[in-house]
Amino acid sequence: MRLYAFCVYLFLYIPIGVIALFSFNAGRHASQMQGFSTKWYGKTLSNPFVMDALETSLIVAFTSALCASVFGTMAAVALQGIRGPLRTAFDMLIYIAVMIPGIVIGIATLIGLVTVFDQLNPLLAALWPEGLNPPKLRMGMGSLIAAHTMFLMALVVIIVRARLVGMDRSLIEASSDLYATPMGTFMQVTLPMIFPAILAGFLLSFTFSFDDFIIAFFVAGSETTLPIYVFSSIRRGVTPEINAIGTMVLSVSLLLLIAAQLLLQRGGHKSK
Amino acid sequence: MTQRTRNWLLLAPAGAWFMVMLIIPLTVVFIFSFGERAPSGGVVLAFTFEQYGNLPARWAAFKNTMTLAPIGTLSALLIAYPLAYFLAVKANPKWKTILLVLVIVPFWTSILIRSYAWIFLLGGRGIPALLDVIGIEGVRLINTPFAVLVGIIYGYLPLMVFPIYVSLDKLDKRLLEASSDLGAKSWKTFLQITLPLSIPGIATGCMLVFILLMGEYLIPAMLGGGKVFFVGNALVDLFLQSRNWAYGSAVAVTLVVVMLITVTIYMRLIYRLGASREDVSIM
Repeated sequence: MRLYAFCVYLFLYIPIGVIALFSFNAGRHASQMQGFSTKWYGKTLSNPFVMDALETSLIVAFTSALCASVFGTMAAVALQGIRGPLRTAFDMLIYIAVMIPGIVIGIATLIGLVTVFDQLNPLLAALWPEGLNPPKLRMGMGSLIAAHTMFLMALVVIIVRARLVGMDRSLIEASSDLYATPMGTFMQVTLPMIFPAILAGFLLSFTFSFDDFIIAFFVAGSETTLPIYVFSSIRRGVTPEINAIGTMVLSVSLLLLIAAQLLLQRGGHKSK
Repeated sequence: MTQRTRNWLLLAPAGAWFMVMLIIPLTVVFIFSFGERAPSGGVVLAFTFEQYGNLPARWAAFKNTMTLAPIGTLSALLIAYPLAYFLAVKANPKWKTILLVLVIVPFWTSILIRSYAWIFLLGGRGIPALLDVIGIEGVRLINTPFAVLVGIIYGYLPLMVFPIYVSLDKLDKRLLEASSDLGAKSWKTFLQITLPLSIPGIATGCMLVFILLMGEYLIPAMLGGGKVFFVGNALVDLFLQSRNWAYGSAVAVTLVVVMLITVTIYMRLIYRLGASREDVSIM
């Protein structure tokens, strides 16, 4: 039994290990180890295309995780006190957002937004003051952030709600018995208790957005995120550069994820 | 401000966002699926089932998805179950949390890079080269259904282990002791107590993996090399290469409908097996 578990862990981590190992390859060929070197990291980090893609990915991940955490938490807190059709409708929305495959979300966002933009652009051009260049709505970083935020909001609502359900209601009642305003109760009782869940939701959202390929593939327009860059370089062939990017991306997401897990675990224990 | 107004205000941003970025786009896809292809690559609105009539042209993609998704789900289940059992029942409690985190964490890291790792391992200079050394020659692994299956199992194993672990962990260990005190053999205890009580976890895990597999694009694109393709690959082709939005929308709607039907039938079966509604939850 223990041996079996050990083998599964090997299965899970050997591929990651191999990538990391070959990222230190001194040779030019991706799959032939020719001595140890960190030169591919240097090359990768000085490649302007990689750095541009990284910057786009970081901006998109940070903004959408932030929006999703704020709006998702707001919705989760409100849903806590609601019954009836509004609650059912919201549960449905969250269910749809999670159930529909990412690729269909990407497609829908692409053709939905392009159709809306095609209607709005002539209108904007007509309304814009003469002589000035009217803004042109198009797919790009904005549409990507909006699409990620939509999906991640559903994720944050689920995570924060799980924490709210496990929360001791009597504390909130005690607080309002002691004449705290609803805002005061929220800031001093509810928020500190759900904060680990919000932070974990933020970190998970960040990693999800940062690693997402399929939605970005459709929605990013002419922008290139890091996963899109990696995907198109893999198409052109396996290079040590991809190993280096892969190792860095995996390391950063591993760190964030372990932090998120610890937050969720710690938060979970306190409520018991 | 009444509580009601406050709740409305709190829900407004999320609600509006879901409306604009989810419901309206999905509605557009639905409407376009009844349209006709415009010569310029867009869609002429119409009410025709022509696009749906053309679905057989992409039959291979549906067939691949509907065979490899269940096979992948089952294989992941067979590999995940013993591990989940080990973690929940046999593992040293001191190490349990860290071992569990080690299983879950890969799921949240980039599937792109994890599939790429298998291009590396299954490609000519990876495992086939090793097999060459021990005398098995000419094995081709990359760009085969097998490679896609390995990628699927590798990608989705964590998602299968977790729910099964949760249901096994909740299981009252005294039941197992009672069973063996009463003289039951260990395999009998497993078949009569452990397995039935872990059905909710199995059901959740299978459903999660199956749903995600239905919309899979990356794994077949990277490990199937254009020979093993899913509906997802057909969709990318239709929307990003041939720009046939009307037909692509029909394929997307069909994918979602097939998925919903499969999941509904599946849930019915699971309830019949005795799991309660709360146990089978994708959340």
